[in-house]
Amino acid sequence: MSNEIRLHGRGGQGTVMAAGILAQALAEEDKWAIAIPTFGFERRGAPVSAFLRVDDKPIRSLTNIYHPDIIVCIDQTLGRAVNIFAGMADGATLVLAGRKPASEMNLPASARRLGLVDAVSIAMELFGRPITNSVMLGALARTTGIVSLAALCRAMEESHFRDAGLAQNLTAIRRGYDETQVSTLKESCHAHA
Amino acid sequence: MNQLVNSSRKIVCDGNEAAARAVVLARPDVVSVFPITPQSSLVESLSQFVADGVLTAELINAEGEHSVLSALQGACLAGARTYTATSGPGLAFMFEPYIRTPGLRLPMVVSLVTRDMLSPQCVWGGQQDAMTVRECGWIQVYCENVQEVLDTVIMAFKLAEHKDVLLPVNVCHDGNYLSYAVSRIELPAAEMVDGFLGEPDVNWHIALDPDRPMAVDPLTGGTGPGGAASFVGYRKSQVRGMANALEVFSDIHVEWGERFGRHWAPLVEEYRLEDADYAIVTIGSMTGAGKDAVDAARERGEKVGLIKVKTYRPFPRDAIIAALGKVKAAGIVDRSVSFAWDCGPLHQDVMTTLFASPHRLALVGFIGGLAGADITSEHFQRVIELTAQAARGDVSASPIWLNEHD
Repeated sequence: MSNEIRLHGRGGQGTVMAAGILAQALAEEDKWAIAIPTFGFERRGAPVSAFLRVDDKPIRSLTNIYHPDIIVCIDQTLGRAVNIFAGMADGATLVLAGRKPASEMNLPASARRLGLVDAVSIAMELFGRPITNSVMLGALARTTGIVSLAALCRAMEESHFRDAGLAQNLTAIRRGYDETQVSTLKESCHAHA
Repeated sequence: MNQLVNSSRKIVCDGNEAAARAVVLARPDVVSVFPITPQSSLVESLSQFVADGVLTAELINAEGEHSVLSALQGACLAGARTYTATSGPGLAFMFEPYIRTPGLRLPMVVSLVTRDMLSPQCVWGGQQDAMTVRECGWIQVYCENVQEVLDTVIMAFKLAEHKDVLLPVNVCHDGNYLSYAVSRIELPAAEMVDGFLGEPDVNWHIALDPDRPMAVDPLTGGTGPGGAASFVGYRKSQVRGMANALEVFSDIHVEWGERFGRHWAPLVEEYRLEDADYAIVTIGSMTGAGKDAVDAARERGEKVGLIKVKTYRPFPRDAIIAALGKVKAAGIVDRSVSFAWDCGPLHQDVMTTLFASPHRLALVGFIGGLAGADITSEHFQRVIELTAQAARGDVSASPIWLNEHD
């Protein structure tokens, strides 16, 4: 089994860190993963993305991802700035932060599965800031099943977070997992351009 | 044979952290650093390891790269095992002590986290910085993946310090695609690496030692008595040390494979080349995608192989001739340019090497991956098609710029 995942966010929200923790969690489950961030002059608030390839066997290609079958967007306003669905593979799974119902989200017609979570509200409650990366890792686990909640938590414990920060992020992962609404996308949700 | 053989552990990190962890395992005495993109997280890791007591080296945060390497020259002369890492403009600022280091026969290890050269302004990967200094007398090796970065930085200390070599080594890993690529790797046990490297032995030929005062690097050459002969003597031995590096590095890779179970090709890797009609030639992190593209082409019945160049300076002429002797055409993919030759530097070296061989084959040159650009399986697909075409006698004009329309 292999997947190509693209994560979108804004500088400062921890998109690249989320990709690294996800790679660690996948390794915990004895899978092979490569995570590569896109790069630039890092600025808070600027659109950033990261690519993650996962497989049951070692991965050789160190390239970006152009046709993701899983798209994760951790910022609910980013869709106004960049096309987060560019190059999306048919039948892709979307894991999105947002408050609006799927029917109001103008999603691409060929996407087949959606995980939706009000990540900003959870992050504001937990951190007092809209840092949504850990919430969205939980949402990814819930929506796709490619990684377990337990492995994500172990990977978070391996990270640089300690004490209260670690506890908050573990809670964020669990709440993301618990509060994500997963649905199979129907035609009524899709944009007809 | 060894009870510690299974005590490595699985970790997940990027190429910069892998290099820093290799440095920890090599137990240097002095590390001097100045941060520069895309190397910064490497020296941040080193600083963290020193702060955590994991790395007991003296860490000198110098005011710039010129001072970084000057400080390490002094440390190395005093008998220390030394390390630093730099990139692009940092390497340029380091140039004066950099070019002096091989002639002083100082066995340093310096990672080059490769970056395209300014201008045009850019902060992204490319091998132009390392290629710009390919004729300075440093040994240069290029890594394919994060595991090879870790293993090669450790092996580089053994190569640099070998008495038949005694030269500084640049371990090059591609900015962006290796510096920031997070991968699962094996971290060898410290005791195993201690056993592999042995005690540092770097100050036996010259030394800053108050009990043994000696002049280091006195004025040499000129037309005075014996001047020319002494200069030639030094240069000849430096060139000989460089040539010796090929065999020494090969032996080191064999020992590494025996001790750690990972068998990297030391000079040139031949991949699916045995029955190939033609081959693509790669260097650095592009190689993995190249191998995947070769596998895909093989499934379509294409008789294509891949030649990966790991050791670039000294240039492994015999290994290149042996590999290219198996094919009718080669497509060479460079991640930098040779301004003098209107081709890539690797392409230029392959052309030069082939003059020493009776075998003639068609070469097609490709330049890709400049300034952070990706070299994808689709790019390699094109490289393979045009090289197959060359093998049939229809040779495209070089260079072909892979990202020209991206």
